Amino acid sequence: MKPISDMLEIKNVTKTYGSGNAAFTALCGVSFDIHEGEFVAIMGPSGSGKSTLMHILGALDTPTSGSYFLEGKDVSKLNDNELADIRREKIGFVFQAFNLLPRATALRNVMLPLVYEETNPEERESRAYTALKAAGLGEEYFSHLSNQLSGGQIQRVAIARALVNNPSLILADEPTGNLDSKTGEIVLGTFQELNTQHGRTIILITHEPDIAEYAKRIIHIKDGLILSDTPNISKKVTYSL
Amino acid sequence: MTANDIFQETYTALTSNKTRTGLTMLGIIIGISSVIAMTAIGAGAQRSIQASIQSIGSNLIIVTPGAQRGPGYQISAGRGSARTLRLEDADAIASQVASVKAVAPELSIREQVTAPGTNTNVSVIGTNANYPDVRNIQIDNGYFITDANIQGIQKVAVIGPTVRDDLFGPDTNPIGQTIRIKGLDFKVIGITTTKGGSGFNSQDNMIFIPISSAQRFFAGDTYVTTIDVEAENQQVMTQVQDDITSLLLDRHKISDPTMADFSTVNQADIVATASSVAQTFTILLAAVAGISLLVGGIGIMNMMLTTVTERTREIGLRKAIGAKKKDISFQFLAEAVMLTFSSGTIGVFLGWLISFLITYLGIIQTSVSFFSVLLAFGVSALIGIIFGYYPACRAASLNPIEALRYE
Ligand SMILES: Nc1ncnc2c1ncn2[C@@H]1O[C@H](COP(=O)(O)OP(=O)(O)OP(=O)(O)O)[C@@H](O)[C@H]1O
Ligand SMILES: [Mg+2]
Repeated sequence: MKPISDMLEIKNVTKTYGSGNAAFTALCGVSFDIHEGEFVAIMGPSGSGKSTLMHILGALDTPTSGSYFLEGKDVSKLNDNELADIRREKIGFVFQAFNLLPRATALRNVMLPLVYEETNPEERESRAYTALKAAGLGEEYFSHLSNQLSGGQIQRVAIARALVNNPSLILADEPTGNLDSKTGEIVLGTFQELNTQHGRTIILITHEPDIAEYAKRIIHIKDGLILSDTPNISKKVTYSL
Repeated sequence: MTANDIFQETYTALTSNKTRTGLTMLGIIIGISSVIAMTAIGAGAQRSIQASIQSIGSNLIIVTPGAQRGPGYQISAGRGSARTLRLEDADAIASQVASVKAVAPELSIREQVTAPGTNTNVSVIGTNANYPDVRNIQIDNGYFITDANIQGIQKVAVIGPTVRDDLFGPDTNPIGQTIRIKGLDFKVIGITTTKGGSGFNSQDNMIFIPISSAQRFFAGDTYVTTIDVEAENQQVMTQVQDDITSLLLDRHKISDPTMADFSTVNQADIVATASSVAQTFTILLAAVAGISLLVGGIGIMNMMLTTVTERTREIGLRKAIGAKKKDISFQFLAEAVMLTFSSGTIGVFLGWLISFLITYLGIIQTSVSFFSVLLAFGVSALIGIIFGYYPACRAASLNPIEALRYE
């Protein structure tokens, strides 16, 4: 049995895309533990396998080999429906390319995970409101269709959607890539607050050392291997709203 | 997902791409409505053919001069050309064949008929008092030819409503007036009721005169062109037909039935033949309609398949935020069901409307059958559901990342 403080643990995880001559190994044996309440930044050059790793951590994709325990459960042994439950109940995922439903309003997009959770409609709406406000989207945009929003606004909707089901693990793949530095700081502040005040475990991918500074621990990846895994000493002062 | 959520998702999906939804619906609507309308036309035509055959009389056997031709459907074969039937044959049938209700001989000639100022070319039929009974016609005004008219070889005439309209004008009462047939004046004594119907030998466009007058003034002999025999009931028809045949063979001194110089046609045979023709016609129409349903169906398949392919990313996203496989497949099923059912309903309504209009405009009688509605609806619903549902199920079983990356 894993101690409960171990939020997740991966061991010798590999991921190979394709097969035969076209096979490409994006992860070549990655292992680490992440404890509950940690704020981890994953860094590395483009194509190093960060998103691939993140998809596995988010139970969106399965590793080719190796094991992945999430809160003591072996994710690689779960079936499709159980994976859906994990994604819905435990994980909030912010994609690198913001995937919103184009024909739905911002509010509807944020409400969607709650729709699948069968939360009652009034509660859905109020929780979606709270999440959108927390993600910093102006209330006048709540009823805009998502394809009528700017990149930054879309990003905030995506973050709100990841937060709305109160996940214990938040995964964000370059959440500030499309934001100006000020909005980026606000968003990171939101993550930090979720981490420090609500005890949420957060894993964040970024290219920018600046942003990584917000994390308590930084994992460097290159060519599908971990280069370094170090606590962040020069941690920035906790940002407060 | 609750029913309400599914409804909302379906509604958004269907309304967000109106052109595609519209085209898909159009395919189903055309398919369904054409099947319904075409089979309705076929069934209606079949019915009206039967009705018009029924209107020429009931339990009728028609004897015509000329050679027997196979089972002999050709009602008018040799009519008037061969001179083998005499008035005495008709009298013999009436007196010697059992189960005969009435016999009406016909001597038909085509003549130019004139009234003051106008003329028309019609069939003039010499017959007896039994004719209205045997051939199912009614008298609107006046009376039909009586036995006294025949015995007196009187120059009296009963005219059809079309003849009245042509010679005297509609809504006139020409009783007592005279019409001139081949230079002889005939007094109008009655007008028959409109029967409708058209085409060859409409009974509305005929003049009836006593058979004795027809023979005396126009034919000059005792030959007749047709003998109409009404049997007592449906069951004795064949028997009566056989008896007439043997009686006439006997009278004409012919021992080999294949050499008969007359032919008999039984109304039931005419009905059967005409029905089978109409049925062939219905099958043909149904085949054409079936093809359009098939084409419509392929349209639905195509639309559904492209929709699902295009929406694989959306499926991936929904799964990524926690949708179960069954949530996805249920959503797409609901979409397919809603699409096919709403357009199916419109299609059924349109098909019915087309049939109604065709009847209303008097083009042809139609009759919408429940079976065609069920079939058309069933086929399109099935196609819509299978091709909407299964690709969606397949897409729903991809893992979210594969689905999200799908191009
Ligand atoms: N579905 C796939 N099929 C084949 N190769 C893939 C697939 N997805 C990713 N790869 C490859 O795996 C490698 C790692 O990709 P990944 O998306 O994890 O990179 P990344 O570290 O997130 O890069 P970036 O910082 O640019 O987002 C890349 O070389 C990419 O080409
Ligand atoms: Mg990436």
